Amino acid sequence: MKRLSLLALAIVAGAVTAAACGGPKPQPQAPTPQANPDSAAAAERARQDSIDAANRAASEAEAERVRRQREADSLAALGRSTEEVRGMVAAMIHFDYDKSVLRGDDIGTLDQKVAVLQANPDLRLRISGHCDERGSDEYNLALGNRRATAAKQYLVSHGIDAGRIETISYGEERPLAQGHDEGAWAQNRRDEFEIIGGGDVLRRP
Amino acid sequence: MRRLLLGLGLFFSVGPTVRPSDAQDTSAIDRGVRIGIVYRPGVRPGLVVLPGRPAALDSVRAILTRDLDYTDRFEVITLPAGDSLRVGAVALGTAPPARGAPGRQRSGGAQAAGPNYPLYLALGADFVVDLRAAGDTTVVDVHDVAAGALRRTFRARLPAPGGAGFRMTVHRLADQVLLATLGAPGMAATRVGFVKDGKVYVIDQDGADLRLVSSTDRQAMSPAWAPDARRLAYMEFWQGHGQLFVQDIGSGERTAAATTGRALDFTPAFSPDGKTLAFSRATEEGTDVYTVNIKDNCCLQRLTVGRFSDNLSPTFSPDGQRIAFVSTRSGLPQIYVMAADGTDQQLFAPFDYGVTGASNAPEWSPDGQSVAFHRDVAGTLQVFVLDVRTRTVRQLTSVGRNEDPTWAPDSRHLAFVSDRSGYRQLWIIDLDTGRIRPLLQQSGSRLPAWSPRLPETAATNP
Repeated sequence: MKRLSLLALAIVAGAVTAAACGGPKPQPQAPTPQANPDSAAAAERARQDSIDAANRAASEAEAERVRRQREADSLAALGRSTEEVRGMVAAMIHFDYDKSVLRGDDIGTLDQKVAVLQANPDLRLRISGHCDERGSDEYNLALGNRRATAAKQYLVSHGIDAGRIETISYGEERPLAQGHDEGAWAQNRRDEFEIIGGGDVLRRP
Repeated sequence: MRRLLLGLGLFFSVGPTVRPSDAQDTSAIDRGVRIGIVYRPGVRPGLVVLPGRPAALDSVRAILTRDLDYTDRFEVITLPAGDSLRVGAVALGTAPPARGAPGRQRSGGAQAAGPNYPLYLALGADFVVDLRAAGDTTVVDVHDVAAGALRRTFRARLPAPGGAGFRMTVHRLADQVLLATLGAPGMAATRVGFVKDGKVYVIDQDGADLRLVSSTDRQAMSPAWAPDARRLAYMEFWQGHGQLFVQDIGSGERTAAATTGRALDFTPAFSPDGKTLAFSRATEEGTDVYTVNIKDNCCLQRLTVGRFSDNLSPTFSPDGQRIAFVSTRSGLPQIYVMAADGTDQQLFAPFDYGVTGASNAPEWSPDGQSVAFHRDVAGTLQVFVLDVRTRTVRQLTSVGRNEDPTWAPDSRHLAFVSDRSGYRQLWIIDLDTGRIRPLLQQSGSRLPAWSPRLPETAATNP
């Protein structure tokens, strides 16, 4: 729903932009210099000059208005896209118990991150690996490290510079869901993606 | 504590007794109250702590008696409430006869040189501990009942009750009594570090004197004691990495160890000489065991190269020659051992491939003979002990989830985390008798680390 309305807005913005790109409206042809000016012609020319001046002023004001409007529109659109892209970046991936193998249903999520990272060359991420509470507390730090590294390796293998991605493991120390059942555990076995640089303005891939 | 008459009744009414070495985790409902059915009468020496004179020593007596009981090496005999038994004690020493108990005190008055040995012999006591005040000094006499003689006398100047170092000074007396009676090293003058709500705390082994160690807002994990019992190493989560610290318990000052600003360093463990810190370092290559010289803050050494496996949770043998650790090289994490320089890596705790569950959190015992760890059994964790010489393991616990064992300096008690009471808290088990008592009834306490015996200065000036 949100995506649809964003799309609609983008189309509207595009239309406005296209209209504006037409540039200043075509101005009436300036009268050619006359070899034999008479008073009537002079008066006519003076009148015509004043109309031209008024037209020019009006069209310049209009151009300025359109330009400002376009700027505002594009800023808003950029803000909206930044928010949207941040959502793509933050999307978590999940793991099976005591596993650090990427799951098939998370590949799409990771591919989207690859695209975002490619579209925003300054963007830098920190991936944190997390575990559920069932394993050993300290072993889970090693397991979470594997989970964070697995995601990073996927991104790097798809062309992202390794220097743009940090990893950390929090083991089971920062659970997302507080319960003690498979529902909570499944949510807690995850990688989180945090923007640590270049995230002020983000382009959609 | 054994109630004299009730205890005798139990011994004879309850079926065959279990040999101490077979004792297991059978006292699930035993919240520190010994039921008395797993002990053979006569196996452990009886001990009486006489009431203190003056009464100001009552708190000393209470702490001392509990310490001696917690050693699980004595039958601590509680005197019946009557005055008659006290009389023998009143006659002992230099204090003037009490005026408040007329009529009875004559019975023991004849032997001014010592307690009424025949009486304590009849009560089943092998040792009598007597407390008295001499000026500002507290005097502890340890009597050998069978020999009918005074065995040892200890003197200590106790800080005011409730003052700094008071309890630890009494704990030290308890350790001296144990050494004088059975020749065994004690564990009374010790503390246990642990983690709760992301903070490191320490508490005396008898559950008193809880203190906060890590005072920052950052989450902390994995406390480990230096052999001097004055410093604790632990890990703290920083932005994007895990940082090890060594903190002086007394001053609160701490220094960072093995700083990279990038890697996740965790599970620190001191070498027995206190110069080296072994730890786990997680990088994109995986997790491996490293050592660093913390005395000179140099000489980082990588001991394992896991590549496709993780190696973590190092623990030194008490001679400093070997390190036990966890490795996933065969799939699930299991307990391995290597020389302290990383060579000669081999399996330590045997397991059945595909059958035995994950094994973690090893800690080498101070006497070098055992390694305690926890292992996944049927989806929950249980405490195991590996016999280093025979390389056989035995399961110690079976009730609830039990994990992260840590050795007392007597190599006979373990503190561990258990949810047997319904929530995770710290417990202490005696390996010889199987007796279990709660150390701290606070939910969420975990990752305990038992200190070595505290040095004299740390006790009086904590």
